[in-house]
Amino acid sequence: MSATSHFPGRWTIPAVRDALRTRKASAREIYSHFIARIEKRNPELNAYLTLSPERGLAQANRIDAAIARGDELPPLAGVPVAIKDVISTTGIRTTCGSKILEHYIPPFDATAVERLERAGATFLGKTNCDEFAMGGSNENSAYGPVKNPVALDHVPGGSSGGSAAVVAADLAVVSLGTDTGGSIRQPGSFCGVPALMPTYGRVSRYGLVAFASSLDKIGPFATTVSDAAAVLSVIAGHDRNDSTSASMSVSDYLAALGQPVEGLRIGVPEDYFGTGLDDEVRAKVEAAISVLEKLGCKRIPLHMPHTEFAIAAYYIIATAEASSNLARFDGVRYGLRVPEETLGKMYRTTRGQGFGPEVKRRIMLGTYALSSGYYDAYYLRAQRVRSLIAQDFADAFQKVDVIVTPTAPTPAFRLGEKAADPLQMYLADIYTVTGSLAGVPGISVPCGDTAAGLPVGLQIFGRHFDEARVLQVARSYERASGNAD
Amino acid sequence: MKISREDVLRVAELAHLELTTAEVDMYQSQLDQILGYVDKLMQVDVAKVEPMSQVVFAAASGGSADAHPELREDVVLPCTVAEPILAQAPDAAKPFFRVPRVIER
Repeated sequence: MSATSHFPGRWTIPAVRDALRTRKASAREIYSHFIARIEKRNPELNAYLTLSPERGLAQANRIDAAIARGDELPPLAGVPVAIKDVISTTGIRTTCGSKILEHYIPPFDATAVERLERAGATFLGKTNCDEFAMGGSNENSAYGPVKNPVALDHVPGGSSGGSAAVVAADLAVVSLGTDTGGSIRQPGSFCGVPALMPTYGRVSRYGLVAFASSLDKIGPFATTVSDAAAVLSVIAGHDRNDSTSASMSVSDYLAALGQPVEGLRIGVPEDYFGTGLDDEVRAKVEAAISVLEKLGCKRIPLHMPHTEFAIAAYYIIATAEASSNLARFDGVRYGLRVPEETLGKMYRTTRGQGFGPEVKRRIMLGTYALSSGYYDAYYLRAQRVRSLIAQDFADAFQKVDVIVTPTAPTPAFRLGEKAADPLQMYLADIYTVTGSLAGVPGISVPCGDTAAGLPVGLQIFGRHFDEARVLQVARSYERASGNAD
Repeated sequence: MKISREDVLRVAELAHLELTTAEVDMYQSQLDQILGYVDKLMQVDVAKVEPMSQVVFAAASGGSADAHPELREDVVLPCTVAEPILAQAPDAAKPFFRVPRVIER
């Protein structure tokens, strides 16, 4: 088993491949090893909502049969993966962390899921998340919060808290999450694992239960940057079932990792280092930037003047889109129905009882922003400000190759610490929503721990469809900082 | 207060959400607080700025890549999932979803 120093003794994608090729372990044995670990650890972490041993073992058996025949193995052969519970899986319950879909079993696979299966992955199960991916702490799940495996009284981040936690706790080799305003990168930061948000349109969203359609992305968590690159190579690319998926060709992300970073221009926007940034986070991120400079990167100071308006614009646009997307949950076709005498009353009662407090809050906010008399003042204005934020990124990328920032202003906070104050929770998304609005790719890569032992994340943004560059810089940092072999 | 109790009730009606009295009170104060924060958007001069409703790759990357393909042919494909969809509907009478009376008296 090849190991990383940050996660000693961990299974990685190359380790699985080696074990299968040398017959040290079968796909079935590796899969069963993970299921046994999950059964032991999950009651404490609450990171998996549903396990899928039937489908997973069938997948493992197919890989073992292929090995016995001497077939060439697909890129993720026998790699146990976890999938966020907002992504559809045929025959496997998909709740979106909501009571309204408690018993919903999708009749089709998301394209990303289908591609993982075709690449040989074995499915462990579905991970807990904030309800409909709305939240930054995983405390908005109808099935209880996930605990951060690094510090059990702390949140794992959100909304993809379960997908981050299972990778950090060695309960999956890699996982899929989704990112609308930071929901991959921030839990990656809080749990100390690499976490990649691809460019908008890079990965098909067919089968992803929609939250905010102009912002939603699917991306991987892994213990190494190269494993994240390997997963992206499998799931990226155009899909006829998603008209927003891009037709741009998919790079060989693994090949890009070895390229030297010497001479690259790394932009450091002052706007991401102002008040509200935790001192220890600042110190770790500054140290990480110094590591990149020692590797020959050139540090370029940046000013991105509309950064401070990003949260306000994001929470109008995302909630407006959510209020529209979530109209489909009305008790008619799937999920919960609360019986009532009339159709209108059935809609209202079903939605009132089926949705949790944060989802209702966002539907209310979005409905208000779109309602007659407020549309121009809120929604249209937010879209105009979004243009300015995207322009900030376009201007910056005239001068630099990547932009580096903290992923989040603080390390993981305690369970319950922010739960009563929605605005404070929203403000914590300050460094991630900017890139979401611009549609650029971004990764969070671990850059050390605070004195209390909580992980800190370095965020790296790149140009549209330049995931290769983002991964290359992340990998170079990871290697230079001793976080990986 | 920016948001009145009537605003909350009106929005809940538009969104088809049945709220308890406690929820109406809570959302009134929280929406008021959040929209108060959002008002900072008013500081930005957007007079000459186009709204961005979708990610525009050329604008944000300084490039001109056409990321999106032509619309695909409108070809009818068989739908094979009608059975499993109806099988888990709250109330199905194949091939329909059954709902309560639509006209309210």
